[in-house]
Amino acid sequence: MKLQVSSTVNGEPVEFLCAADETVLEVLRDRLSLTGTKEGCGTGDCGACSILLDDRLVCSCLVFAAELEGRSVTTVEGIATPEALHPVQQKLLEHAALQCGICTPGVVVAAKALIDANPDPTEEETRYWLAGNLCRCTGYDKIIRAVLDAAAEMRGARP
Amino acid sequence: MSEAIREVGDFRQIGTRPIRPDGLDKVTGRANFGADFSLPGMLHGRFLRSPHAHARIRSIDIAAALAVPGVKAIVTGKDFPDVAPGDIEGGEGGGDYHDMAVNVMARDKVLYHGHAVAAVAATSVRAAEEAVRLIEVEYEALPVVLDIDSAMAPDAPLLHEHLYTEGLPEKPARPSNVAQVMESTRGDIEAGFAEADVIIERTYYTPTVHQGYIEPHACLARWGQDEQSTVWCSTQGSFDVRSMTARVLDMSISRLKVIPTEIGGGFGGKTTVYLEPVAIMLSRLSGRPVKLVMTREEVFRASGPASASKIKLRIGAKKDGTLTAMHAWMAYEAGAFKGSPMVPGVMCVFAPYGVPAFKAEGYDVLVNKPKVAAYRAPGAPQALFATESAMDELARVLNMDPIELRLKNAVREGSQASYGPKFNAIGMVACLEAAREHPNYKRPLGPNQGRGVAVGFWFNVGMQSSAEIHINEDGTATVIEGNPDIGGSRASMALMAAEELGIPYQDVRVLVADTEAAGFTNVTGGSRVTFATGMAVIEAARDIISQLKARAAALWNVDVEMVDWVDGKVVARPGVNVEAEPLTLADIAGQSAKTGGPLLGRASLNARGAGPSFAVNLCDVEVDPDTGKVEVLSYTAIQDAGKAIHPSYVEGQMQGGAVQGIGWALNEEYIFSAEGIMENAGFLDYRIPVASDLPMIDTQIIEIANPGHPYGVRGVGETPIVAPLAAVANAVNAATGLQMTELPMSPPRILAALEAAKS
Repeated sequence: MKLQVSSTVNGEPVEFLCAADETVLEVLRDRLSLTGTKEGCGTGDCGACSILLDDRLVCSCLVFAAELEGRSVTTVEGIATPEALHPVQQKLLEHAALQCGICTPGVVVAAKALIDANPDPTEEETRYWLAGNLCRCTGYDKIIRAVLDAAAEMRGARP
Repeated sequence: MSEAIREVGDFRQIGTRPIRPDGLDKVTGRANFGADFSLPGMLHGRFLRSPHAHARIRSIDIAAALAVPGVKAIVTGKDFPDVAPGDIEGGEGGGDYHDMAVNVMARDKVLYHGHAVAAVAATSVRAAEEAVRLIEVEYEALPVVLDIDSAMAPDAPLLHEHLYTEGLPEKPARPSNVAQVMESTRGDIEAGFAEADVIIERTYYTPTVHQGYIEPHACLARWGQDEQSTVWCSTQGSFDVRSMTARVLDMSISRLKVIPTEIGGGFGGKTTVYLEPVAIMLSRLSGRPVKLVMTREEVFRASGPASASKIKLRIGAKKDGTLTAMHAWMAYEAGAFKGSPMVPGVMCVFAPYGVPAFKAEGYDVLVNKPKVAAYRAPGAPQALFATESAMDELARVLNMDPIELRLKNAVREGSQASYGPKFNAIGMVACLEAAREHPNYKRPLGPNQGRGVAVGFWFNVGMQSSAEIHINEDGTATVIEGNPDIGGSRASMALMAAEELGIPYQDVRVLVADTEAAGFTNVTGGSRVTFATGMAVIEAARDIISQLKARAAALWNVDVEMVDWVDGKVVARPGVNVEAEPLTLADIAGQSAKTGGPLLGRASLNARGAGPSFAVNLCDVEVDPDTGKVEVLSYTAIQDAGKAIHPSYVEGQMQGGAVQGIGWALNEEYIFSAEGIMENAGFLDYRIPVASDLPMIDTQIIEIANPGHPYGVRGVGETPIVAPLAAVANAVNAATGLQMTELPMSPPRILAALEAAKS
């Protein structure tokens, strides 16, 4: 038996059918063709599938799709505007803070959530916030610098 | 700092830090990785894997599984052809084609827990999983061997009844679990040890670890009735996937097209095949495209981790620190099939030092664990963990500064490398001197804190590469090459093409093409891509420049000898009697129809002259005496890059390698039960470093030009992981007064050592 779910994804209304045991990650990737959200582990350990669920940062592999009923999801595809990248995305590029890029979607979503919650994070706060986003390529150095730089730019950009 | 531009000799663009060409795709989720491709009618596959680490397969019954609604095909070992033995060419790391085929799908025996026994393709993952549960296999369990000592024991259970040790003067009388022995020797070590004032002798152990790429192995395969197959997959070498898959399936490589997707990390682990032959076989049987994606648990249990090792090391030195002799006994676990990186381990264990007498003996040892794969400088981290730990102990015993001791014995230009050739220009001494002068080497330390130093080294390779450059009619360019971009190599290729052609970096696009669109190229491995494929890009650009000169000469009606390429323009030589305005690439490209047709440059080569890369790492730690936890306070990686094409990505290699090495030193290990079942097959329990574990990783790029490359490039990707194991261990030893010889230095192990030292 399938469940019918009405939700909002990246600002647009969506409806989908899913099995009771399907995860948000499966629905995003396999039913809604939003493959920007990545699966690195399926057990909530790596953060590659990070999304915002009503503005709260979660691993989409740990949430049942049926729970999206009436709720709002932001994925990596919903972070940039048609005019410009989000400052986190732009700073990740400028700092060369990605190598293979598989963890990057999760990092983008998690870092946006950090700066939304805490516009002036310290290095230590940034490191602990991103501790759930595994990156095997960069050693995190350039990611942390990019996120701090993005936060600084966003503070400067505010009136 | 992101836009900092280095001072660079004669270069205009090399050494700058532009945004990578594929950057936008990767920060917006547009980039497609291995699991992101789908086709109409596609089936999903799942594997049945062995619950035993060693067993004979008595029978397999798939009848009930086939009856599950939605199941379209099931394959077992019987469906695959027999593959003759033969050394695997290309790729990275050792191995044999017959073994590869049997590793992809078990035949009469399973040799490790997680070994593939059957695979199902069905209309949904859940149907495939249901069918996997219903496959009935009857096993006869066999005794397991899980470590070097028990595998090498004379009465050890054998993994392969017909495996006889290679590398001995004559074939041994009995089979064994030692696949190969090797010895490398120079001078008289007994005389050398007799001359020594001090001898350090220790046995060092490193555990099985995993590369830990965040993207699991994934592929999509489509077989056609015309016997033509297409595979989309995440790999470090699409041509290697083609040759390996063709060999496993006994098909012609002309029948197989491999399209490399973006790759979510590899570090050597994606240089072989696990899924692709199975996906094609399932597609052939079902007539439908088939997608196979490993779970994280499968990645741990059934891909190729890095060898555990046991190394007995003995080094002798005079009172002034001069080394007199070195002896290493080195055993590397290969896993269930031969082919550990024992050979490069033996070749590199003494590579940083000039020593008059040495002997290194290596053993490739089979155990009931997954077959190892390459992992960044395969074999070297284990080897230099031993050497650099012993050198540090020697410095302490002699009361010498550890950098001075290393400088005293360092190899330099003209030194005879322990592995054979004479070194060309190398950066060993420059890195040591930079470390000695580094502020991080002078910072005061507090209680329970210690500083470690260690040297890293990797040979680097060249091998075969191809590149084409197509010039568009407006003078912009497309580079076509075949090496999957695993860490920013498109940016390096674009920089090199732009530099040669005298056009802006932004005017160059780089396409990583499939096996039918790109010229042959060896694997993205061996730290070879920026060096060798970059060399092909430079030569392809020079091919275009020579055509530009010929075309300009024809336009001006002068001999080609009368024109030059200067600052991105064709100019008439001084004294040439023509009214010739200099012509840019765009000027000539815009009139290609008049000057001989489209502009297309190409090059293919087998690159020689890969320069080895040395590194020196500094590490400060604090050890909590109550918990045994080690905190890394600062980390400094200093490495010779020859010439850094894009310094940010060079730093990225150094930082990422350092952190993988820190993980290897402090946390990471496969933990096996007595039955050979990995007990921590997930990122929660196999703990790779996370952001909050670490400080910033300081880097210093040294540039000792490699004479074997037109810009002086030497590979930088692998050396960074070599030094950290000993750098961290030496720091822990300095902080605690211990002499740690076994990795990882996890809190329980450090606490136990502290307790033992007290009593």
